[in-house]
Amino acid sequence: MTRLTDLAKTIRSKNAGTDKITFDIIFTNRANYERVKESNAINRASMAALYKIDEKRITDLVCFDPAFAIKFTILRERPSGSAGDADIFGAQQYAPLLSLDIP
Amino acid sequence: MTRSMKVICPNGHLGFAPSKPESFAIGVAAGPDIIAADSGSDDVGPGPLGSDTSTSPLAWQTHDLEMMLLAARKAGVPMIIGSAGDTGTNSRVDLYVRIIRELAAKHGLAPFKLGYFYSEVDKEWLRGKIRSDDPVTGLDARENLTESELDATDRIVAMAGVHPFIKLLDMGADVIIGGRSSDCAIFAAPAIRAGYPEALSYYLGKVLECASFCAEPYGGKETVMGEITDADVSVTAMSPAQRCTVASVAGHAMYERSNPFYEYVAGGCLDMSQCHYEETGPQTTRVTGPTFAPVERVRVKLEGAGKVGERYVGIVGVRDPYTIAHIDNVIDWAKQQARERFGNEPYELHYTVYGRDGVMGAMEPERASTGHELAVLVQGVAPTAELAEEVCMTGSRQMFYARLPEVKGTAGSVAFALDEVLRASPAYRWTLNHTVAVDDPLELFPCHLVTIGH
Repeated sequence: MTRLTDLAKTIRSKNAGTDKITFDIIFTNRANYERVKESNAINRASMAALYKIDEKRITDLVCFDPAFAIKFTILRERPSGSAGDADIFGAQQYAPLLSLDIP
Repeated sequence: MTRSMKVICPNGHLGFAPSKPESFAIGVAAGPDIIAADSGSDDVGPGPLGSDTSTSPLAWQTHDLEMMLLAARKAGVPMIIGSAGDTGTNSRVDLYVRIIRELAAKHGLAPFKLGYFYSEVDKEWLRGKIRSDDPVTGLDARENLTESELDATDRIVAMAGVHPFIKLLDMGADVIIGGRSSDCAIFAAPAIRAGYPEALSYYLGKVLECASFCAEPYGGKETVMGEITDADVSVTAMSPAQRCTVASVAGHAMYERSNPFYEYVAGGCLDMSQCHYEETGPQTTRVTGPTFAPVERVRVKLEGAGKVGERYVGIVGVRDPYTIAHIDNVIDWAKQQARERFGNEPYELHYTVYGRDGVMGAMEPERASTGHELAVLVQGVAPTAELAEEVCMTGSRQMFYARLPEVKGTAGSVAFALDEVLRASPAYRWTLNHTVAVDDPLELFPCHLVTIGH
């Protein structure tokens, strides 16, 4: 099995405004990018399942050819920095993507 | 000869960390027409806006303002700052104006014109909008603004587009200190004013706003230069160690944005879906093809924060494997003690369980594989510091007394490194992430011009 971390050079998460977290997966080269894109391993349903969230919370999911990147964005459970939010910058939410199996 | 305008940006969030002077000096030597930077972010959470403070230290803010001011005055080109002091509130604009004034005196600078504008929004003005037939619309799945949510808000800023920057340049400003602003408007304004196409101007702003984040390899706070013509935008890394490549420049369009193709500003939407990227030099990438769709009626984005209460935190350790497996029961026990003690008092008690799902909460897929020990961060929030301390103390200490049926250790269920709870910053929350329609795009941004020096 190949994992996403073996094919991507950047896998990151970060706030997109106060109410969303956005995930960027940037590939080392076109071949890796096309492979993951064609595998369809990253889609709204699979990401919702991975993060155990309702699919409606995924607001965007796009393939971005010029950057060899796949990107998706989710609505936060509560706005960033509310008491009890443990990731004000949204910067550590990407970890489960690293070991995502790519067929 | 093709005309062009060069803009350099040393820092994607002026004040948050100091800019690197070496690449800035290279940028200055390249002969920029504008020196500009954004100084704000909503990334820092609702606390700074709600409490009207900066998270950036005064020394770092002054460091970068000094570096930019001296270079801009020496070259005789405009210096433009947006979103002063992290939040762009009126007090932050006044702070930056004061710093500029002090720096001018310190260095004996020849007289120059300082323009500044405010961005704070009056709550009663906004209440009038809520009551009008043109509601204050929620962004990102938020409901339209209600009066109760407005009442829970301490401070609101509106996000300026290019309009106040252009107005201040028209008034003759040599240095501009802006209230809360769209990052890209800070850079787009002088280009639009000079007659460059709106689409390329906004793109110039979009690519420059985070300084060297559009270059590779990663290097924080290095200067980049954008050059706009009537046909394209070229972006060049100024640090000898960095390059602006197709991948790095295109990749930057994604950063901190929910969608890499569209950027909304007060006045319209930048569409980057048809952008073409091409490396034209060892450190340079050229971009063509963005489009801009102006809107008929300008809607301005609003950010608002409100205080929830005073806050104390406690830290609790757990080592017993049975207790770890049943940590939710321990937390429920402590919460129940708090409910019995404080009943209907308005308080909040939050538990973050590090070693299980502390970072990701409900989204953690590996919640079942806990560590051999846990750390639990307990937060108590209440209207007064006294109550917050007692809530947090109850929520922490009662974990010690929780008794699980099969636990062998009967002396205490948790470990304390500190038998106390600690005062933390008050808890705030983002109450506004909305837009409001305005008749005049300058309506919320009063502009002022003063002469600095003799």
